[in-house]
Amino acid sequence: MANEQRKLQTKIMQEYYQLEKKNETKRPVVQNCLRAFLVGGIICSIGQAIQFFYMYFFHFTQQTAGNPTVATMIFLSMLLTGFGVYDRIAQFGGAGSAVPVTGFGNAVISAAIEHRTEGFVLGVGGNMFKLAGSVILFGTFSAFVVALIKTILIKWGGF
Amino acid sequence: MLKGHRTWVFHNQPVIISTATVGGPFEANGRLADDFDLLHEDLWLGEDSYEKAHKVLFEEAFYKAIEKGNIEKEQVEFIISGDLVNQITPSSFAARTFGVPYLGIFGACSTSMEGLALSAFIVNYGGAKYLLTGAASHNTAIEKQFRYPTEYGGQKPPTAQWTVTGAGAALLSNEGKGPAVTSATIGRVVDLGMSDPFNMGGAMAPAAVDTIEAHFRDLNIDADYYDLIVTGDLGKIGRNVALELFEKNGVQMDEEKFQDCGLMIYREGQPVLSGASGAGCSAIVVYGHLLNRMKKGELKRILAVATGALLSPLTFQQNETIPCIAHAVSIEFRG
Repeated sequence: MANEQRKLQTKIMQEYYQLEKKNETKRPVVQNCLRAFLVGGIICSIGQAIQFFYMYFFHFTQQTAGNPTVATMIFLSMLLTGFGVYDRIAQFGGAGSAVPVTGFGNAVISAAIEHRTEGFVLGVGGNMFKLAGSVILFGTFSAFVVALIKTILIKWGGF
Repeated sequence: MLKGHRTWVFHNQPVIISTATVGGPFEANGRLADDFDLLHEDLWLGEDSYEKAHKVLFEEAFYKAIEKGNIEKEQVEFIISGDLVNQITPSSFAARTFGVPYLGIFGACSTSMEGLALSAFIVNYGGAKYLLTGAASHNTAIEKQFRYPTEYGGQKPPTAQWTVTGAGAALLSNEGKGPAVTSATIGRVVDLGMSDPFNMGGAMAPAAVDTIEAHFRDLNIDADYYDLIVTGDLGKIGRNVALELFEKNGVQMDEEKFQDCGLMIYREGQPVLSGASGAGCSAIVVYGHLLNRMKKGELKRILAVATGALLSPLTFQQNETIPCIAHAVSIEFRG
């Protein structure tokens, strides 16, 4: 919002901004939240089922079942992305399909498919993490900061 | 001849002797499927990249226009065309195929009418006997250029628009039969500070209004002069905003008469959100559907106003606003 105000310097611009906003179709936030809850819930239930599957049939423990479960979910996400279905699920599900690990898989895989025509090194290799790269960077960085805070609190805070 | 501040009146009335439109699978399911000369069921068009498919759209539209105009390729003196891909490569590569002297232009989605205005000017003053102009866009090639990867699952807001896969070409000549280009108003770049790339219609509406008002002022006419005033790709939101701006500025504008190409192509129920967009959008609707209606006698005079958002993914990421432009071309058919 602050950003918008900086750009709208003149009175004409501010007037137009009001006029335009009035005509704009609003994002259906409540509907989007419900859909995200539904789609996200379904994806996570499938993940849970797969985890139980690995624990029941392959004798993984609850801790060790995580890795094969994530790999399977990403594999499914890859198939759906390749068949051109995942982006449709996402248009319906919004955050529900973006937040689980399948959304991360989709971000990597869609970029890889997109840049296939530019070759494997500069195309796929160079662009695969175009979208997911920032998730990895800031995810790692925030984990580091949190770990640092925890360490400091334990060492000197005496908790 | 220049009339007023920025309108050219073409006294020799260059004639659009033939046009051709090519569309993709999504357009084939749309409302204007019958108005296309050629429709493809596959987005790849048999090529191994979307950019090459984009080039093929151009080539096919050009070939078809030449064929329908009953002339030989060698008789075409110039090609003026453009598109939305970086460095307008599909357009230039198609011109390479033809080996005809070529001017590449960029006006984002206003390219179609920018090309038609320039072409009419050249033909009007004897600069060419046969001149080919056109514009095209390809959904996935352009999405790749401006937005996320096509298969990326990002939820688009209801203000977003769908990029058209299609090419439209027109062959102009100083003699022959057909709809004539009578005048053209060149737009100026208008920026009212909108910065949402998922709401192009809202950003472009003031540019369209500015150009249409300038056209009326320069020629001393009003909306009654035309049977139809059609904007390029304002979509639902942009069209409503434009209508409100006309009202605010005291310009009389009949709601029925003021239509948008982006709202004509697709059917209700196709997932296009606010409407269609892209350089090919106005080209296929004007050169296909609307000129067909003119030839049938349903419309006598139309004003085609192609609107363009002159942004790049880079300027958007650098937090710049979206400068917009619109060019108006008046087409009349006396049949």
